[in-house]
Amino acid sequence: MQEIATPKPPRVNYLNAEYGLKSWLLTKDHKRIALLYLGAISFFFFIGSLYAMAIRLELLTPQGDLMQSSTYNKTFTQHGIIMVFFFLIPSIPATLGNFLIPMMIGAKDLAFPRINLLSWYIYMLGGIITIYALLAGGVDTGWTFYVPYSTTFSNSYVIATGVGIFINGFSSILTGLNFIVTVHTMRAPGMTWFRLPLFVWSHYATALIMILGTPVIAITILLVAFERIAHIGIFDPAIGGDPVLFQHLFWFYSHPAVYIMVLPAMGVVSELIANFSRKNVFGYKFVAFSSLAIAVFGFLVWGHHMFVASQSVYAGMIFSFLSFAVAIPSAIKVFNWTATLYKGSISYDTPMLYGLGFIGLFTIGGLTGMFLASIATDVHLSDTYFIVAHFHYIMVGGALLAYLGGLHYWWPKISGRMYPEGWGRFSALVVFVGFNLTFSPQFVLGYMGMPRRYHTYPADLVSWQVLHVLSTAGASILGVGLMIPLIYLLWSMRYGRIADANPWGLPGLEWQTSSPPPTENFLTTPVVTTDAYEFASPEHKSVVGRFERQTPVEI
Amino acid sequence: MAEGLATTHEHAAHPGLQHHFENMEQQREAGTLGMWVFLVTEIMFFGGMFLAYTLYRYAYPEAFAAASNHLDIKLGATNTVVLIFSSFTMAMAVFSTQVGKRRNAVIFLVLTMVLGATFLVIKAIEYHDKYVSNLIPGTWVPGHPFSPNVHELHLPPEVSVRNIEMFYWIYFAMTGMHALHMIIGLGILTVILILTIRERFSPEYHSPVEVSGLYWHFVDIVWIFLFPLLYLLGRHMEGHMG
Repeated sequence: MQEIATPKPPRVNYLNAEYGLKSWLLTKDHKRIALLYLGAISFFFFIGSLYAMAIRLELLTPQGDLMQSSTYNKTFTQHGIIMVFFFLIPSIPATLGNFLIPMMIGAKDLAFPRINLLSWYIYMLGGIITIYALLAGGVDTGWTFYVPYSTTFSNSYVIATGVGIFINGFSSILTGLNFIVTVHTMRAPGMTWFRLPLFVWSHYATALIMILGTPVIAITILLVAFERIAHIGIFDPAIGGDPVLFQHLFWFYSHPAVYIMVLPAMGVVSELIANFSRKNVFGYKFVAFSSLAIAVFGFLVWGHHMFVASQSVYAGMIFSFLSFAVAIPSAIKVFNWTATLYKGSISYDTPMLYGLGFIGLFTIGGLTGMFLASIATDVHLSDTYFIVAHFHYIMVGGALLAYLGGLHYWWPKISGRMYPEGWGRFSALVVFVGFNLTFSPQFVLGYMGMPRRYHTYPADLVSWQVLHVLSTAGASILGVGLMIPLIYLLWSMRYGRIADANPWGLPGLEWQTSSPPPTENFLTTPVVTTDAYEFASPEHKSVVGRFERQTPVEI
Repeated sequence: MAEGLATTHEHAAHPGLQHHFENMEQQREAGTLGMWVFLVTEIMFFGGMFLAYTLYRYAYPEAFAAASNHLDIKLGATNTVVLIFSSFTMAMAVFSTQVGKRRNAVIFLVLTMVLGATFLVIKAIEYHDKYVSNLIPGTWVPGHPFSPNVHELHLPPEVSVRNIEMFYWIYFAMTGMHALHMIIGLGILTVILILTIRERFSPEYHSPVEVSGLYWHFVDIVWIFLFPLLYLLGRHMEGHMG
């Protein structure tokens, strides 16, 4: 390990500026807060994964031989709640977004550093209350909290979990608020809106959803909690209340929430595709505005979760049409990424492998969404494993892969160390294989009629068990694939090769400062004079590579 | 790094300037925009309840009209005037701070807080009336289950008393959430008042006062919508239903 012997220039960066627990828990530095989030989110991801493994183990056999149905109900509920509210929604925005947005726009910090720290504490408080609810006895309503089951009939810890999610919502709101104000007011001189990296555009769109959607789920969950306490409330049919109103309010947030998960992922992928093809993104403005279009359309499609919930068929038709309309901006992104790759100087580093994986898996997830947006097929597929497979392709195949890709891509900037490239590529492959093996059989299972949220299935249907066994095997591979980065990223924080300021040789602002950056990000406020991805045009190939890549050293 | 230095801190930095802002103007802009964005989230928060109100009022118009007529319009109207006037005093407090008249600012802030407290006292009186008349929904208040005096309500025979209960549930949810915002507002104004007395604000640095004013006006505006929706709508139908 001759790398360790290489003396690091004695320089103050955000990691070594201060030491001690207090310097972390009271920090107002967006980069340190991002790392606080990274730690907390990884913890919740681990908990959520344990529940996932329990689900897959149970479904290995047709009988309910690992858990009873009530335990199983709690298991999938808690898997969903932890993964959605405590991992996916904060994952990319609160870690990578928090770390990078100020750097990408040339600012010293987010507009409200104290509110940023507050949002982490709110997240932790919500998380601890939720963990308490899980330990106290758990919750079994499904992550969707449908009434009247959640308000009247469930005997589990609905109120505590609801309070946890309600509180957690404010951390999301504050993050979104901070991003919007930061992008509007903190841009460096010369950083015009159309010079913003697409990562920033997609986070801006995400922030809009966060501030417009999250308050609605907050009041909804609060009303459910009140209704449970008072045994009467606005969703109670006894006083003329409509339980379907809950579904409308819930999905008014929870469908856009899907875009809270996937828009930041798209932002990461836009960076990866452009930078590892060493080309300007094809149709920059289209990609930028498609983020906003997704945010807007995302608010108009919630009814497609309610095709079989006594919704008017005319409303269903409109929601179906609008759901198809969301495919347009999504497809704009996919086509533009593909066009960016065309004649690009592509390198298949670990982040790019995740980025390419995202495009494929997101496309499958999106196209299977069309089956569910069509009313006739949805009636058949509703509440089956087809839906489970569909949204996992978006959330795991999409959001999680992009999160991992982004983490690897910016790891040299975050930690000042390189991750081991060989292991990185290997684990990206394992994750890809494991993921597909887990979830592609579930499309077939769902089509054949396997309902979601059941812990048993008919023993005489051998093909069902075969598919379930494949899925469980895939989940195990996926689990291994996710453990590898956990180990080598932690390892690399101490033993990784020292990273240059700009190891990938890229024009983005975040690469123009040292790795890891100083507390105020830049020693002097940068003045921006170029577009976001200023690689030379194909006619001027001789200038390609004016930014030198760090020569890889095998460890 | 891109060459060139953005000129910063050419004047001695104002003590109110946080380190990550370039200048006071940027800081003020960020603070104001932040509050506007926050108020958008507040609109969405109340929006869920306004939606429920709209839906159920459409479904049960007679019950809602009857229940609405039973609210104390005099107290509600008084509170509306009190809040509108408090918005005026708040605006004057902001103005006084901007022009550097600290004594006036203190007076107007105190007036605003007194008016806010008056609102809450009147609201409490109304709540107490409802408690005495057994109009708190559900059976969870000991000794006072929901049991309205049906004759007083002038209910048409086909209207269910239980829908009246829905009206009161929404009434308490919305006005309760509004009152909570008033209490938070009073807390914010207390801080602003203390800082004003300590001469923290000046014509150069007053955005916390402005931003708190925005919040206060927002809470008032919510009431401006609640009052007609809860107290006034359907009042003209009283004659038909008597």
